[in-house]
Amino acid sequence: MNATSATRMNRRLPWTTALALLATAAGQAGESPGLGEPLAPDEVAALDFTVLPDGRGLPAGEGSVGEGARLYAARCLACHGEEGRGGINDELAGGAGSLAGPAPVKTVGSYWPSATTVFDYLRRAMPYEAPGSLTADDYYALTAYLLYLNGIVDADARLDARSLPAVRMPNRDNFDHGWPPDAAEGG
Amino acid sequence: MSDDHGRDDAAGNGLLHRRLFLKAGAAAAGLLCATARGETREPWMRAPGAGMSAAGAPSPHVTLERVGVSSRPGTTGSGVSRTPLEQLDGIITPSRLHFERHHSGIPDIDPARHRLVLSGLVDRPLAFSLDELWRYPQVSRIQFLECSGNSGAMIAPTPPSGSCGEIHGLVSASEWGGVPLGVLLEEAGLKPGARWVIADGADAAVMSRSVPLEKMLDDAIVALSQNGEPLRPGQGYPMRLFLPGWEGNMCVKWLRSLRVTDRPALTRDETSKYSDLGADGRATLFTFPMGVKSLLTSPSAGLTLGPRGVYQLSGIAWSGAGRIRRVEVSADGGRSWADAQLDAHVLPKCLTRFRAAWRWDGGPAVLLSRATDETGAVQPARAQVLAGRASNSFYHYNGIQAWAVDDRGQVSNVYV
Repeated sequence: MNATSATRMNRRLPWTTALALLATAAGQAGESPGLGEPLAPDEVAALDFTVLPDGRGLPAGEGSVGEGARLYAARCLACHGEEGRGGINDELAGGAGSLAGPAPVKTVGSYWPSATTVFDYLRRAMPYEAPGSLTADDYYALTAYLLYLNGIVDADARLDARSLPAVRMPNRDNFDHGWPPDAAEGG
Repeated sequence: MSDDHGRDDAAGNGLLHRRLFLKAGAAAAGLLCATARGETREPWMRAPGAGMSAAGAPSPHVTLERVGVSSRPGTTGSGVSRTPLEQLDGIITPSRLHFERHHSGIPDIDPARHRLVLSGLVDRPLAFSLDELWRYPQVSRIQFLECSGNSGAMIAPTPPSGSCGEIHGLVSASEWGGVPLGVLLEEAGLKPGARWVIADGADAAVMSRSVPLEKMLDDAIVALSQNGEPLRPGQGYPMRLFLPGWEGNMCVKWLRSLRVTDRPALTRDETSKYSDLGADGRATLFTFPMGVKSLLTSPSAGLTLGPRGVYQLSGIAWSGAGRIRRVEVSADGGRSWADAQLDAHVLPKCLTRFRAAWRWDGGPAVLLSRATDETGAVQPARAQVLAGRASNSFYHYNGIQAWAVDDRGQVSNVYV
């Protein structure tokens, strides 16, 4: 047994505790071996990419529209085009007012309901060839630039964990919810 | 095309009662008795054949591959491959032919390092290794998986060309085996206010969807096996989320993290992509179950009938709400319908194979199928599906499919 697995065993719940927990579980949980390894808060945080619309999950850091423009030119332009338009991949800007017309153009500005989604997605998945290779400051800056391209923030805007969730997306009130099945409230 | 039903017809333009089809089959089998006794050997019967092999391969006479394989511009790993539905029978999709939809390629995961983490609104954040999950209670689910974008080409003003698989092949069915999510969530202990679970994959895009807690506690599993073997990398090895009957994008592959929250995260996929835009500019989020749907797979577009005579129509039907109750078929573009026969395996939230006998008289025909599920939901016409939708709103398309047969026997996609 190496040091790592010894540590893992020590951190497991005592067997008697696991049995007590399982006694309250329904159905097949009674057959559960109770092998889950407890995690410390910092271990959980390191694995947690989710940013919620109210800003929970956003890291420390900040970025400006200007910094975002420079990063965009270096890392994003090849696929997404000048100023987020006309690239070989998704349109990121424009489309305002098009959704109810004959040819809707769904972009960050015309469609996305929450500004936090921009940061969340960039940090998970972009740049495509090297996701996660930028800093939190970089992702705030790119988020600011994409919102600027859509006329949602000013050219001198800086975004951080406090200001980003406060950004009001233009299309946010035009969503209904299919779940729960009887819900009809806006997003 | 004749509207007159013959004595043995179940509906117009040659749809037959099942008993006639069986009688015709018996007559053909009788011919086999006419050969001389014990003399004829084909060449492959004159020496022992090949030996055993470690990995079974398809017959060299069978070319069976995924179709419509494509990726987004500038990427190699963000795209789709589709199941060749027209070449398959039964209800189980061979694992190697199961459709794929990846958002940043297939990760090469070391199973010894991979862990599934439960966190958020739980009493005890927990991590599970693959070996540990194999010790948990396992369940089997023989069910379909359908991409919400399947059949999306059918919103086009003119019928798309391509085979049945190229148009509709983002649906497959498998036996999925794994651990009920409820067991793992019970072990972690849910805190008050827990309503949603954010699922992340271990791919390069950290693909992410918000799943209602009710679904997780109902029939969701962490799938470890598909059709009896460990998941293949393209299906999420070593583990994926499987949510019976719900849109495929939510069944996050390479499952790495489940974070319990009080609200959905509004991830990029569940907002900007897998949402339904209406013609009025309003959109609906969180439309999870896949609607009742059916397709004739044989014949279907691109195939050509042989001589006139009796053919077996065959297809698949499914519903995210439960079992298929009924499938009707038409050979006259919907003027008359006959009940198709369902194969023995009618399982909830699974493909159901249906069949009907049809006598092609050599003239034009338009073949349709229409499914009804156990909740009474009836598969809608294409026009019903598109009513009220934006012009580019292609998710959740489940309209009735029409295949036209011309007087040369060539089959093509048509709108009726």
